[in-house]
Amino acid sequence: MSSSVAHAEHHHKETFLSKYVFSMDHKMISKQFLITGIIMGVIGMAMSIAFRLQLAYPDTSFPILEWFFGSKWAPDGKLDAGYYMALVTMHGTIMVFYVLTAGLSGTFANLLLPLQIGARDMASPFMNMLSYWFFLLSSIVLLSSLFVETGPASGGWTIYPPLSALPKAMPGSGMGMTLWLTAIVLFIVSSLLGGINYISTVLNMRTKGMSMTRLPLTVWALFLTAVLGLLSFPVLLGGGLLLLFDRGFGTSFYLSDIYLGSAGALEHTGGSPILFQHLFWFLGHPEVYIIIMPALGITSEIIAVNSRKPIFGYTAMVISLMGIAFLSFIVWGHHMFITGMNPLLGAVFLVTTLIIAVPSAVKTFNYLATLWRGNIRFTNAMMFAIGLVSFFISGGLTGIFLGNATLDIQLHDTYFVVGHFHIVMGCAAIFGMLAGIYHWFPKMFGRMMNKPLGYIHFWFTFISAYLVFFPMHFMGLAGVPRRYYAFTLLPEYGVWFDVNVVMTLAAILGGIAQIIFLYNFFSSIFIGKRSGTNPWQANTLEWTTPEERIHGNWPGEIPTVYRWAYDYSNPAYEEDFMMQNVPDEGVEEELFETPKTKINKTSKKPKTEAVTLFTLIKNWLKPNTI
Amino acid sequence: MTTQLQERKATVNPKKFSLWLLLLGILMLFSGLTSAYIVRKGDGNWFDFELPPIFMYSTIIVLLSSLTMIWAYRAAKRDDITGIKIGLAATIILGTAFVISQYIGWVTLSDQGLHFVNPKYGDRVSASFLIAIAAIHLVHILAGIVYLIVMFINTFRFKIHKKNTLQISMCNTYWHFVGFLWVYLYMFLYFAPDF
Repeated sequence: MSSSVAHAEHHHKETFLSKYVFSMDHKMISKQFLITGIIMGVIGMAMSIAFRLQLAYPDTSFPILEWFFGSKWAPDGKLDAGYYMALVTMHGTIMVFYVLTAGLSGTFANLLLPLQIGARDMASPFMNMLSYWFFLLSSIVLLSSLFVETGPASGGWTIYPPLSALPKAMPGSGMGMTLWLTAIVLFIVSSLLGGINYISTVLNMRTKGMSMTRLPLTVWALFLTAVLGLLSFPVLLGGGLLLLFDRGFGTSFYLSDIYLGSAGALEHTGGSPILFQHLFWFLGHPEVYIIIMPALGITSEIIAVNSRKPIFGYTAMVISLMGIAFLSFIVWGHHMFITGMNPLLGAVFLVTTLIIAVPSAVKTFNYLATLWRGNIRFTNAMMFAIGLVSFFISGGLTGIFLGNATLDIQLHDTYFVVGHFHIVMGCAAIFGMLAGIYHWFPKMFGRMMNKPLGYIHFWFTFISAYLVFFPMHFMGLAGVPRRYYAFTLLPEYGVWFDVNVVMTLAAILGGIAQIIFLYNFFSSIFIGKRSGTNPWQANTLEWTTPEERIHGNWPGEIPTVYRWAYDYSNPAYEEDFMMQNVPDEGVEEELFETPKTKINKTSKKPKTEAVTLFTLIKNWLKPNTI
Repeated sequence: MTTQLQERKATVNPKKFSLWLLLLGILMLFSGLTSAYIVRKGDGNWFDFELPPIFMYSTIIVLLSSLTMIWAYRAAKRDDITGIKIGLAATIILGTAFVISQYIGWVTLSDQGLHFVNPKYGDRVSASFLIAIAAIHLVHILAGIVYLIVMFINTFRFKIHKKNTLQISMCNTYWHFVGFLWVYLYMFLYFAPDF
């Protein structure tokens, strides 16, 4: 029975609920992730503008803040100091986990993995649906903490104990912190369900001819991201469980010798708050790459398509992704240089950290080499992809500063760190995500986004992002500490007053640019120009699906793959692109064994269910034959 | 030409493969916890104590339960329904015995003044670690027992037989994994005072 017939029998008539709400179609789930991610992004950005207003105008009253947050959190139009910390905490949590992890990986892994490897859906569409619903539930629990009496968690997105471990430490350590932890546990479940599915799909469900060495770089990046998540999130779960024991049962894993206001000296003793930092950052640093790697994969694809050139150094790109993924597990200590760690250990983390510059530089140079003398098409997606390269360079360079323990000891907890990670992880990843949205919008909705509005969005966002985050480096070098509510009582920082105003105005400009994007995004769904099947003249398999988006992706057979994804401007062909599913004349026999031989082989040795891991690895590694 | 070619078959059942990935995640959870144990121990102010002997019996019980699980799985492969029932029932009983033995172990520790919560005795965080790690492992064992009970019921409903061994094969993999996870944890905790 051909797969299309089997497929048609398998799927029944869809209702509104099964199509849009409890959908198991990876394309719909990707849209659900994207829309939820956009909503969370808007909330996260609005929070940042609120606390940036406080930083620029600490003595000014803004009635709008009181109207929005209520008189408890913004009395007389000025943010409450505790609530300022809560907003910073929630902004970090939302942006890191909900927008740039779930919003980015969730959207593009769901959309692209089955489409680009030639599969009808994920390995387990049901688990995929669960992954989204756990994510949505987690988002709702997190946002609900904004409405509890004592306010949301306010000890920073890194939830260091003791503030996170003692419910009475401060208002935000109470119910808000409990909800934060609940939300993150749900988030980890969502992330693991998704990640297991992504890995399983890439390794087991590739179409004929799609060997690992022919995978588009987006798939490689999303696959390795899922591996990182699978290996690192459980460690945070372990650390979080010990934290819950400290909070709920009174154990002392992280708590020791604490004197708490009216409660006096606490009975907790013997714990180590540094231990939590180790467990947290064992996730926390791979998390940085969980955020940036999908963006790098998206950029690789977009830069190659729009330069009309093969990606420069495909193998080097894959190896550098693997290198980044591996190294990300052995550098977590660079977040903890000032915890009093053994200098020898600090030196080890310093070396491993600086080595990450090598694969990162390989990627950057390969992007530049791909652009070099390319027939560049400056589409909206291409602008954002080039923007990512710019941020990746400027943010990556300051990473080398911070990776040095001696410099970090001076710069830690200053605005230098804020500037660094916002540029390299925040802006670069957001630009990757926006590039992906512009590029695959036609695949998602069958229509094009408005190009002029896209340019306005790009330039406003690009300029405002640099205006907000670049000056932070100079503030950090001058020693301006982060996390301060106001600098009015510290006259030595008065010199930065005007700079803070410029940064806040730039942040507002950036916010306005996103309104333009939101208008463009939502209006284009309904009134955008119809895109056709392959608007960018790209090679990958997602552009071989029909305009009508069907559950199962291809109406007939799944296409066979005959080449890698980057055959652009190959002089052997008339067109400047050659799709992966187009065979060269007369090469099928060389590429594929005949079906007959295959059937005979398998009939001699029937495959049992108990396939060993060794056999699996052997199968993945051997040259791809059908 | 292309339509004549077969579609590429999955090299392993995706459900089974997903289970392996889940087990990898669980392994990372315990790697994190045992690493935390080593890091905290390295800080000093740590009370070393010998494991209650009952934990050795726990280890023997869990290894025996792996044998009975193999018995059940092999019975399924040769379509011996009674064999599956006996094997699964024995595994469930041994699994429950493991849970009880763990509980006895914690009570024994408690009698020695080593509790999960040890206020004012900072060095006894070692006991908190032991109980936390064992308890988190026990949750996985309990999940395994529920899994076994579901398999047991499915055997009575004739859903497990020679031609449908996927479910019991996954249950088999999971049970061996949590069993050997305990063996690792026992060895780790047994030798930990000598680190």
